Amino acid sequence: MENKNKKSFLERMGESQVWKSIIRSGVPRSRRQRMQAILGSVFLHLHPARIPKHAVKIGYTWCMGGLSFFLFIVLTITGLLLMFYYRPTVEYAYTDIIDMAEQVPLGIMRELHRWGAHAMVLTVWLHMLRVFMTGSYKPPREFNWGVGVLLMTLTMFLSFTGYLLPWDQLAIWAITVGTNMARAHPFIGHEGPGASLLAIGDINLVHAGSDVRFALLGGRFVGEASLLRFYVLHCIGVPFITMILMAVHFWRIRKDGGISGPL
Amino acid sequence: MLQTIKDIIDILSAPTVSFTFLTVAFPFVFPPTDWFEKIHRKFGIWRLWTKPGFYGGMFAITFFFVVGYFDPNFHVTLTKADNFPIILMIYSMFITIWWSMYQAYLNDERLENGLKPNEYNDPDDKVLVWPDLVYIEFIALILFMVFLIVWSILVAAPLEEPANPAATPNPSKAPWYFLGLQEMLVYFDPWIAGIVFPMFIIIGMMAIPYMDINKKGDGYYSFKERRIGMFIFMYGWLVLWLFLIVIGTFFRGPNWNFFGPFEYWDAHKVVPLNNVNLSEYIWVKTLGTGLPANILIREGIGFLVLVAYMGILPILLAKSWLKNYFQEIGPVRYTFIMLFGLSMLALPIKMYMRWLFNLKYIIAIPEWFFNI
Repeated sequence: MENKNKKSFLERMGESQVWKSIIRSGVPRSRRQRMQAILGSVFLHLHPARIPKHAVKIGYTWCMGGLSFFLFIVLTITGLLLMFYYRPTVEYAYTDIIDMAEQVPLGIMRELHRWGAHAMVLTVWLHMLRVFMTGSYKPPREFNWGVGVLLMTLTMFLSFTGYLLPWDQLAIWAITVGTNMARAHPFIGHEGPGASLLAIGDINLVHAGSDVRFALLGGRFVGEASLLRFYVLHCIGVPFITMILMAVHFWRIRKDGGISGPL
Repeated sequence: MLQTIKDIIDILSAPTVSFTFLTVAFPFVFPPTDWFEKIHRKFGIWRLWTKPGFYGGMFAITFFFVVGYFDPNFHVTLTKADNFPIILMIYSMFITIWWSMYQAYLNDERLENGLKPNEYNDPDDKVLVWPDLVYIEFIALILFMVFLIVWSILVAAPLEEPANPAATPNPSKAPWYFLGLQEMLVYFDPWIAGIVFPMFIIIGMMAIPYMDINKKGDGYYSFKERRIGMFIFMYGWLVLWLFLIVIGTFFRGPNWNFFGPFEYWDAHKVVPLNNVNLSEYIWVKTLGTGLPANILIREGIGFLVLVAYMGILPILLAKSWLKNYFQEIGPVRYTFIMLFGLSMLALPIKMYMRWLFNLKYIIAIPEWFFNI
C-alpha cells in the first residue's frame, strides 16, 4: 500500500549484480528476455529459442530422448558414488557390493544405478521407436539416425559391461554366455570360420590364447583380468565414446533443422 | 476352469504355435498391401488401433500377469527382480505402438480427405522454449526421478551367491536385452547368431534411411503412406526382437528347453535331439551312400541352396515380381535391401526348417566351424 512501486523479493533478486552476472538476461518476463534466457545459457541453448507447437506435445515427442540423456547423467553420478566404495578385484568386488547396501548411508545407489541402467535401455528403445513411427529418420536426418543406432548399441554394451561388476553368479554366467559369442567370430575367434586359415605352417595365429575373446576377457575364461577390463570399459572407455557420439547427435539435431515435423 | 486356461496358454505359447500365429497374423495387423488391408478392414482387425482395442490389449496383458502372479510356477520367473524391466517393456511397447498406430490412422484419414496431418502448425506460429519446453522437461525429469527412486526403494538390486566358475547355473542366461540373440542360438551357430546377425542388425538399421527412399510420412504419424516399410520394420522389431526376448525370458528353462509360463521348470525334461544335416538327408537318407570324404562335395548341395537363396533369388525377383521396384531404386540399394532383408527372413525360414524337417544345418562343416 505504502509504495505501489515496491518490488517483490524475486524482482529485486533478478536485478542484483550476482543474478545478472550468472543469468545474463534477468528474470525472464518479456518475450525478448525469455529468448535471451535460452540463448544466453550454455546448457539451455542446446535448444532453439523458439520451436514449432507440436514439438512440445508429449504425444509427439514421448520425451524419451531427453529422458535417455537424463538417465545417462543419473547413471554417471550414481556410478561415480559407487566407484568410491567398489574395488574391481575378485577378492573384494562381491563384499564391496554387500557393503554398499548395508554399510553406506542412503544405500540405494546401486539400486538407482541398476534400475536406471535397465530403464535407459528401455527409454533408448522407445526413443528409437518414436523416431521410426514418425518417419523422422528420413532426409535430412539419415546420418543422425545412424549415430542414434550406434548410441543404442553403446547403451546396451554399457549395460552389459556393468553386468559383470557385482561378481555374483548372475554376473559371471551372463557374461560367460555373452562373451562366448566372440569365440565364434569369423577369422578372429578361435572357434570361428576362417580362423584356421590364419596360420603360418602348423602354427595357428588365432587360438584360445590370442583371439578376440581373449582380448575382451584378458584370459581364457571370465576371471580377475576380465573384471578389471569390464570395469575400465564400463567406467571410462564406453562412456567416453558415448559422450562424443551424444555431442554429435545433439549437434546434428539442430543442424538438421531441429525436431522433425510435417511440412 | 482357470487350470484349463493355463494349459491352453502353455500349449499356445510354444514357439512353434505362438511364432506361427504372430507371423501369420502380422500382415493382417500391419497390412502391407491392398489385399491384406481389405481383410484387415473386413474382419475388424483395425479396431485394435482404436480406444476399445487399447483397453482390450491392456486387459489381456494385465490378466496374463495377474494370473501368472498367483501361479506357483510363473510366480518364480515373473517376480525375479531383473525381469521387471521386461514387464515394463511389454507394457510400454504396447502403449506406444498402439498410440502411434492410433494417431497414424487418424492422420491417414485426414490425408485422404486432403487435410494436413494433426501435427501440422503454421510455421510462423511458434512457441517459446522458455517456458513452454523447459518446464515440460523439468516436470518429466522430476516425475521420472521419483519413479526411479520408488522403484529402487521397493525392489532391491539382485545379488546372488558369489561368483563360482565351477557351478554353472541351468539355464545360464545373458542379460535380458540380449535374450533375443540367445534364442537365435537355438537355430543358428554362434558365429551367425552372435556375430553376423548382430552386425547385420546394427548396419541394417543404420542403412534404413538410405534404403527407404519413400519421402512421405516424414515428421508425423502415418501408416498407409509407408505401409511396406512399416510392415518390415515392425515384423523385425516386434516378432524377431521383442518376442524372442519374451520367449527367452519367460519360456526357456533348464537346458534352454521350452516351458509354458505355467509349467514347472523340470531340469530332467527330456527333449529328443534328432536334428539332421542337409548333407545327411541327401547322401545318407536319399542316395543311401555314406558321406563323401571331400568336404566341398559333401556340402555341395548346401552351398547351392545358399547361393540360390542369397544370389540367384534376388536376381530372379529383380527380373519378375520386383521389376518396377528394382528400376525405381537402382542396383546398389536393391543389393543391400536384399542382403539385409533375406538375412532377416532367414531366421524364420531356418526356424520352420528345424520344426518341420528337424534340419540342423544347411551347410555343416564343423571341421572349419562353418555351419549355417
